Amino acid sequence: MLEPVNVSLESLNLMTLAPMLIPVVGALLILVIDTIKGGLDKSLYVVLSMLFILMDLASLSNASDLFSVAGTMMGAFDVMLIDGLAILAQFIIVGASLLFIPLSLTNKRFHEASHPEFFALFLFMMSGFQFMVATDNLILVFVGLETGSLALYTLIALHNRDNSFEAAVKYFTMGALAAGFFSFGAMVFYALTGSVEINQIATVLAANNYADMGYVLVGTVFLLASLGFKVSLVPFHTWTPDVYEGASAPMAGYMSIVPKIAGFIVTMRLFEFLIHSHVVWLEVILYAVVVITMTAGNVWALVQTDVKRMLAYSSISHAGFVMAAVMIGTTQANTALFLYWILFTFTNLGSFSMLWMSRQKNLPDGQASDHSYDKFAGLIKTSPFVAVLMSLFMLSLAGVPPFALFWGKLYMIGSAVSAGYTVLALIMALNSAIAGYYYLKLIVYMLMKEPAAVNENGEIYTANATLTIKTITGIAVVGTIFAFVAIDPLLEFITAFVYNSGY
Amino acid sequence: MIDHILSILIFFPVVAALFGVMVQKESIRAYGIAVSAIEFALALWLWFAFDGQSSGMQFMESIPLIPSFGINYTLGVDGISIFIIILSTFVTLIGIASLGEIKDLKNMIITLLVLQMTMSGVFAALDAIVFYVFWELSLVPMLYIIGAWGGPLRVYASIKFFLYTFTGSLVMLVGMLFMAYFYNQATGEWSFAILDWYRLILPENLQLWLFAAFFLGFAIKVPMFPFHTWLPYAHGQAPTIGSVILAAILLKMGTYAFIRFSLPLFPDASVFFMYPIAVLAIIMVIYTAMVAYGQKDIKQVIAYSSVSHMGIIIIGTFALNVEGVSGSIFLMLGHGVVAGALFLLVGVIYDRRHTKIMSEFGGLAHSMPRYATLFGVMMMASVGMPLTINFVGEFLSLLGFFKQSQILALLAGVGIIVGAIYMLTAYKKLFFGEITNEENRNLPDVNKRELVALIPLTFLAIWLGIYPKPVLDPINTSVESIVQLMHDKAQTQEAKRRIPAPLSELTIPKSSIEEAH
Repeated sequence: MLEPVNVSLESLNLMTLAPMLIPVVGALLILVIDTIKGGLDKSLYVVLSMLFILMDLASLSNASDLFSVAGTMMGAFDVMLIDGLAILAQFIIVGASLLFIPLSLTNKRFHEASHPEFFALFLFMMSGFQFMVATDNLILVFVGLETGSLALYTLIALHNRDNSFEAAVKYFTMGALAAGFFSFGAMVFYALTGSVEINQIATVLAANNYADMGYVLVGTVFLLASLGFKVSLVPFHTWTPDVYEGASAPMAGYMSIVPKIAGFIVTMRLFEFLIHSHVVWLEVILYAVVVITMTAGNVWALVQTDVKRMLAYSSISHAGFVMAAVMIGTTQANTALFLYWILFTFTNLGSFSMLWMSRQKNLPDGQASDHSYDKFAGLIKTSPFVAVLMSLFMLSLAGVPPFALFWGKLYMIGSAVSAGYTVLALIMALNSAIAGYYYLKLIVYMLMKEPAAVNENGEIYTANATLTIKTITGIAVVGTIFAFVAIDPLLEFITAFVYNSGY
Repeated sequence: MIDHILSILIFFPVVAALFGVMVQKESIRAYGIAVSAIEFALALWLWFAFDGQSSGMQFMESIPLIPSFGINYTLGVDGISIFIIILSTFVTLIGIASLGEIKDLKNMIITLLVLQMTMSGVFAALDAIVFYVFWELSLVPMLYIIGAWGGPLRVYASIKFFLYTFTGSLVMLVGMLFMAYFYNQATGEWSFAILDWYRLILPENLQLWLFAAFFLGFAIKVPMFPFHTWLPYAHGQAPTIGSVILAAILLKMGTYAFIRFSLPLFPDASVFFMYPIAVLAIIMVIYTAMVAYGQKDIKQVIAYSSVSHMGIIIIGTFALNVEGVSGSIFLMLGHGVVAGALFLLVGVIYDRRHTKIMSEFGGLAHSMPRYATLFGVMMMASVGMPLTINFVGEFLSLLGFFKQSQILALLAGVGIIVGAIYMLTAYKKLFFGEITNEENRNLPDVNKRELVALIPLTFLAIWLGIYPKPVLDPINTSVESIVQLMHDKAQTQEAKRRIPAPLSELTIPKSSIEEAH
């Protein structure tokens, strides 16, 4: 006779699940509302989603209070791991979602926002990525990753343009390959150590002194490749520009932030022990990937003719830049990663919402893509305010002080310097200089060229704007210009969380 | 209010620029002049309140910005920086007053006011990161000025200008981060304050590397040979106002930064690199002077002569003694006045004829006598005639370097002679002889607006040439303390010998006086 399973409810610590479950409940509610009464306006769903995201945020801040008192928490059969990294990453995921979802309230009608499923999927995706960062169990990571990604593929395809379908299928195919890699890598580690929990794997590997080095390398390479697909590291980046181009601007902006931070967290957890194992090979692999990603992304961005594709390649380069923090692996570097990504969220949110504002319903004649450089020629003459804001975001992305991303770069290069990676620091600095060129290119188009005849009155640049989108852009502007006020409290907050999680 | 005068000097123009957006287009010129006049008056007030006897920093302000990483908003001026700040406000005033009829005047004036903010900021900053912020930010308005109002190749020129400087400064930023890291290693605290860094004594091999990192950022800005190739493009394509500010103030950021950062932070490295840099500077002086001689475009002549003069400034700086460094700072001011005036003068004929090619002119002295006179005075000042402003600076710079090496000082002197040759030739081509081109016969002479801009500069060039004391004394006081600091910090015997201590003789009698009391 089987023993009855005796688990006390307290030991499950179900509150650790609250931040992930709130969006799930929200998504189900949205689906229920749609079943009961169809044809409701998108604004209802936007506001409902925002409410649930706010609740999510509230439960997160509750979790962060608990963390600062009680330290790392485990829950749900010790699968969930709520440490500082999980909380910080969830703050970024939820915060970015809160800022991105109102961008659906456009002036023009676009296909995806008229389906309530869009918002349900969006919330499912959030919850997936939240699961992914809040565990060190490779299986739950996998489940979270796939939940998030599958929802994301559908969201892209919902944009209902030919190149959106292409983008979604491309992303799906690549994602499937990545999923295969991930399970294979996890399998290798399981075979080696008999566990799928990262800290168990680390303990076992350390105990037998990395005896099966070859297998560890194979597992690492497969896991790195699969996460590389998600955070678009070179050479696993090929989907990025096409997918960004096919997706709507807010979706592209969202993709450049949320799935990537989830990927960074898993990589950080994984490489925390791999880097500190002092196995030279692992470090060399990561070093090479980091340098190649930031440099190659930059070089490709130089030759783009479409602003969105340029931003796609630039986001590859930013991802490489941030991966450097994972490689350096000190507390300062890990703090820099979060700081950088929070500042990047604001700047990128701003630039993609500017693109979204200028989005036309149909492609006019003589314009090769939705956001070609030519479209922005002479913007300072037709609508100076838009031009100044767009230049502001470009300068921030280029790392011109005192705008937001400069402080991220400063702290990131500073952490490389402190950890003794002189050459890496120089490579990072020079890459920022290369990046200056393509951001400058857009500024040159806007400030120094003559306006194209079609855009004489300049109203197309804000044709898609509503008060909501303008408010979100305003938040991004304030965040970009006045970042220097927030750096110190942010640093203190992040450092405490990262340090107390032992990273 | 005087306690926060530096913050006001920095942020008044940018606030005014933001409000300027509301001013109506036709009235914007008056607004620009009014704002820059107030700014200049504030700068004069700063001078009035400044204590020339004291060598330390004055009007210090400090607000914590990112205290956990040691970044504070710290400002202060000493004798080295105060006059460059005053000059920058003066040049902006003159520049705005002299603006001709150009398109988008409103955007231009707003941009100039933002540029003024960055210029005051760079020279007043005492925190490396604040310095870096303003240093980089100054690129953006200049990029826009060159790119939007420049000549046919303006986009290329503006991007080249931006990227060159941006690359150099990022390497410098890595250097700054290393400096802060070493400070952290030595004291356990993060700090980017320059005055804190002054106290740090680094081993020589570290100094060499850091010196190189900073050098790249500064040398591109100066611009030193062989990093100077962006400058002729920038000058060639920039509108008159852009060239004036670029030559008068922006280039000085590099040479100022050498004195503020490189010399006191890395005295041993400065001695180590003294000869290589002096050789580069001499190549720069002679080579660009020869290139200037070969130019057909009068603006390019002045652009290259600018590079050539910057070479003398570098030589003065790396003389590493009080005469040389003071001389180089004075020459920065002198060159600011003279080069600014020369670019304005070129703008005058360019407005009339829309060409800058010298062969198009000739015999202008007949049709434009007042113009020829002003140009003549400024040309004399530029070649360093005694009793003009540049003479003082050039003489002191060369005197300073003469104490380090006679041969190199002699070679640099040769450069000045070449300078006289090309300037005089250019003057001959423009003004003397018969009028060959009929278009030049009835050119109107300098008008009132242009005179308003040119007369004060001419006056300054002669006044400070005859009586430099009120400016030179405060400079000297601050330079003495910097050189003393370098002498005290120097570790190698060679460095101790090369950097003579200016104050050591004074300290002994001082203490004996105290004992006597």
